[in-house]
Amino acid sequence: MGSIAEPLLDHIAVQWKYSETAIRKVPAMTATPTETTVHGEAWDGFKGGLWRDAVDVRDFVQQNYTPYEGDASFLAGPTERTTRVWQKLLSMFPSENERGIHDVDAKTPSRIDAFRPGYVDADLDLIVGLQTDAPLKRAIMPNGGWRMVEGALNAYGYEADPEVKEVYTHLRKTHNEGVFDAYTPEIRACRSSGIITGLPDAYGRGRIIGDYRRVALYGVDRLIAEKEADKARLGQEWPTEDVIRAREETSEQIKALGELKAMAMAYGHDISGPATTGREAVQWLYFAYLAAVKEQNGAAMSIGRIDNFLDIYLQRDIESGRITETEAQEFIDDFVIKLRIVRFLRTPEYNELYSGDPTWVTWSMAGIGDDGRPLVSRTTFRALQTLYNLGPAPEPNLTVFWSRGLPKGFKDFAAKVAIDTSAIQFESDDLMRPKYGDDTAIACCVSAMAVGKQMQFFGARVNVAKALLYAINGGRDEKTGKRVVEGFEPIEGEYLDHDNYDTLVERYDAMLGWLAKTYVHALNVIHYMHDKYAYERIEMALHDQDILRTMACGIAGLSVAADSLSAVKHARVRVIRDETGLAVDYEIEGDYPAYGNNDERADHIARRIVSDFMGKIRQHPTYRNAVHTQSVLTITSNVVYGKKTGNTPDGRRSGEPFAPGANPMNGRDEHGYIASALSVAKLDYDDAEDGISLTNTITPDALGRTPGERIQNLSGVLDGFTASDGFHMNVNVLDKATLEDAMEHPENYPQLTIRVSGYAVNFIRLTRDQQLDVINRTFHGSL
Amino acid sequence: MTTLTDTATPAAAVTRRPVTGFLHSWDLSTGVDGPGTRFVTFLSGCPLTCLYCHNPDTWRMRDGKRTTADDVLAEAAKYTKFISAAGGGATVSGGEPLLQPVFTGELLHRLKHDLGLHTALDTSGFLGVRATDALLRDADLVLLDIKSRDRDTYKKVTGRPLRPTLDFARRLADGGKDVWVRFVLVPGLTDDPDNIEGVARFAASLGNVSRVDVLPFHKLGEGKWAALGKDFTLRDTPSPTARQVATAREIFAAQGLNAV
Repeated sequence: MGSIAEPLLDHIAVQWKYSETAIRKVPAMTATPTETTVHGEAWDGFKGGLWRDAVDVRDFVQQNYTPYEGDASFLAGPTERTTRVWQKLLSMFPSENERGIHDVDAKTPSRIDAFRPGYVDADLDLIVGLQTDAPLKRAIMPNGGWRMVEGALNAYGYEADPEVKEVYTHLRKTHNEGVFDAYTPEIRACRSSGIITGLPDAYGRGRIIGDYRRVALYGVDRLIAEKEADKARLGQEWPTEDVIRAREETSEQIKALGELKAMAMAYGHDISGPATTGREAVQWLYFAYLAAVKEQNGAAMSIGRIDNFLDIYLQRDIESGRITETEAQEFIDDFVIKLRIVRFLRTPEYNELYSGDPTWVTWSMAGIGDDGRPLVSRTTFRALQTLYNLGPAPEPNLTVFWSRGLPKGFKDFAAKVAIDTSAIQFESDDLMRPKYGDDTAIACCVSAMAVGKQMQFFGARVNVAKALLYAINGGRDEKTGKRVVEGFEPIEGEYLDHDNYDTLVERYDAMLGWLAKTYVHALNVIHYMHDKYAYERIEMALHDQDILRTMACGIAGLSVAADSLSAVKHARVRVIRDETGLAVDYEIEGDYPAYGNNDERADHIARRIVSDFMGKIRQHPTYRNAVHTQSVLTITSNVVYGKKTGNTPDGRRSGEPFAPGANPMNGRDEHGYIASALSVAKLDYDDAEDGISLTNTITPDALGRTPGERIQNLSGVLDGFTASDGFHMNVNVLDKATLEDAMEHPENYPQLTIRVSGYAVNFIRLTRDQQLDVINRTFHGSL
Repeated sequence: MTTLTDTATPAAAVTRRPVTGFLHSWDLSTGVDGPGTRFVTFLSGCPLTCLYCHNPDTWRMRDGKRTTADDVLAEAAKYTKFISAAGGGATVSGGEPLLQPVFTGELLHRLKHDLGLHTALDTSGFLGVRATDALLRDADLVLLDIKSRDRDTYKKVTGRPLRPTLDFARRLADGGKDVWVRFVLVPGLTDDPDNIEGVARFAASLGNVSRVDVLPFHKLGEGKWAALGKDFTLRDTPSPTARQVATAREIFAAQGLNAV
């Protein structure tokens, strides 16, 4: 483990202790420890005591879940009811896709309890609750920014309501307005040149996972009591700015919990106490999540690690004969249907960056517990089974924590599901568990966090390929010729080669230093304003009082930058300049080793860029003392980043998409996807604790000749990748011809799902550019 | 049995000067060049000129790159950790690896003994006589491409006689070597049921064939023929249908073979 690992864990451990002591200090304010008798029925048969005395869902799960080491043969198919409900929604998707949105309520700024109850089918819904009063009808959430709301409404043919507009432009300030009040001209210049892109300064930052399980386990009243105790403790502290803010936030959290109760009550459920059955556990948990997606249009609204928790309740009901396997599966199916129809109102520009209408309802599962037992239960299987019962879909973003020690039955089933649906992603439990513990979930794509104890300040990413061009051009933009950065000299001369390689590296280093500083500056402003104007009340109500925050920076264009430096170092690059001396194109003389071939000559350059940039990020203090992290992840923004970046010295043409995430550039990985994956695996997770994303597209015959062989081989590849310290792998098992046909005949592929960097999308919902990018990417086949 | 085990010292073990050979390329593949994930070296040079060859760029030995066995082993060593976790091994393929028997023998020996990998030799068997018993001992598995049981068809497909391949197959059987037979199904060329059945009966008679890969003909290598200025005579031949492939598999299965 690297240097950052211990501090992270220590910090969390300290925070835990701190919270417990704090609560004990004011016992009068906590819920009484006689909960067991109060909720005798709810907790009947449950073991353990720690979780009864303090909010500790992990302890509850560990004490009570039943690991399942068998195979998938116990699973049940969809009921007729499930199929009917899903068919009803399926029939609504084509027109939604065509128009961009199905419908929107433009008059009602969303709140947890702003809408009357809505149903997909009031008679058939088993798990109830919608974001608005009708399925697929979107809500406006103007706290993030009014322009985003108005722009989106207009784009889909709706008018903004004049009164709402008046409120959010004159009476009530938004996050977006606050950010632009505090941005510097330099940050604005970076935004418009595209060297920093996708910043959450006009939309909800997301990537916060409420511990939605708490509502089911404890009921809302107990959670309110705990928060009241926290508030009482804060009342005894001297009111520094931090303490005042914490008091205000805690008060908001308590109000949000009250609204959650009211919202559930409108659906006929009193969730003030704990859930008493499996169905209630699913419903309570869903209400908590629903409150979050009613309140926040966050970039990623992930749901956490929930299957083993729910399994405890479902298993208890099955054992007592209250429900059958078919019913247990049906609850999960109906719950997943609800998660599949989470919708947010976003602008076309946003969709270009993160295309396919993603919500990142990331559901983390599996891995191994600290005690060595697999974190796999029957409900883990049931969650994957939804991809068969309902057909493939991008949401929820099912994420399997892979470890070589997982039971074979589960490995086989997960590999089979990946091959059949291309809808799940894999991340290394072996890398995450030592840093974050065994109750860890992914927010968004690859961002790990201890559930309920940690959150992140999402920071999108900077373009390190463009930064290299800025180093060459002394801070002038290669596309516009405008000076974006002051104080840098361009590199003169006809050639970039081994003679001036060291100079280039030095200038690049300095340019990355400038970029890191500007970037962290922008993020501090953004998250200060987000806390102030668009605070995640309900999500934070489902966290501990004292939490670890990370400042999640990120980079795009890694493979382009690494290959460019490799070309300069190992070949010669002739620089072509325009009349003003601006370097606008490059001709490579000779060959160079490219990142993606497990070739140290190129791979060490990539590793160093990641490590150096992380070091530079760490030099700048963060808002709320967040711990610095970074990701190597683009989502689908690799296409937009490519558009905004001129010709690069690796031979990539201006406008051409970058490789997604940490992927090597298309076609330059010449020795198959495993060599390519091992180049990516060399990037140090300690330097990229917010995740390193790799997407592989493999044709079925490149995994083996029979279905059984493909399953064994994919499972083996994941074992090998994990053993080699690889972090994340998206696996698509597809033929190119299928995607080409889907472009021509989208109507025949309503549920075709593919993995892109960190999430899955419905292929036919991608823009044409994005579709072409996916098709033009390397398909690793057999020849 | 004796033919494979009676040599006291493996030839490669006494050869300590650097062994070199002509290498076309190397690759990592899964499920196509033997079991699991494998480090595959493609040696250049082949005495056959199969009409359906998808790698005609491997035909001439001198088009490859002269490479030491040390270099190949250094590359392979980067993958032993992965392969031991994933399951798989290393395959020496081509071209025809037995055109360079010393290089092939050295590679198999060191892949097996220095790196501890499961080894496979992918060959047409035409040059089987060049494989020493020591070389074969270092191959855990032989992927034997029997293109036809009919002499005339074999000659038409490959430009060479069938006999050496059959002799080699019997030698492997006598030694009890694990063999996967590969058969490329080309409509109008190798798909005559009698021809398939001939291969099937022969393979079944050997007793050491644990699997038969029926490989559907494809034209993905057509561009390579054009690039080499060679005439790809099968350009109008279609790939076999799924039905045709299934029928071929059934013919093998009817002989008690594990056909996939």
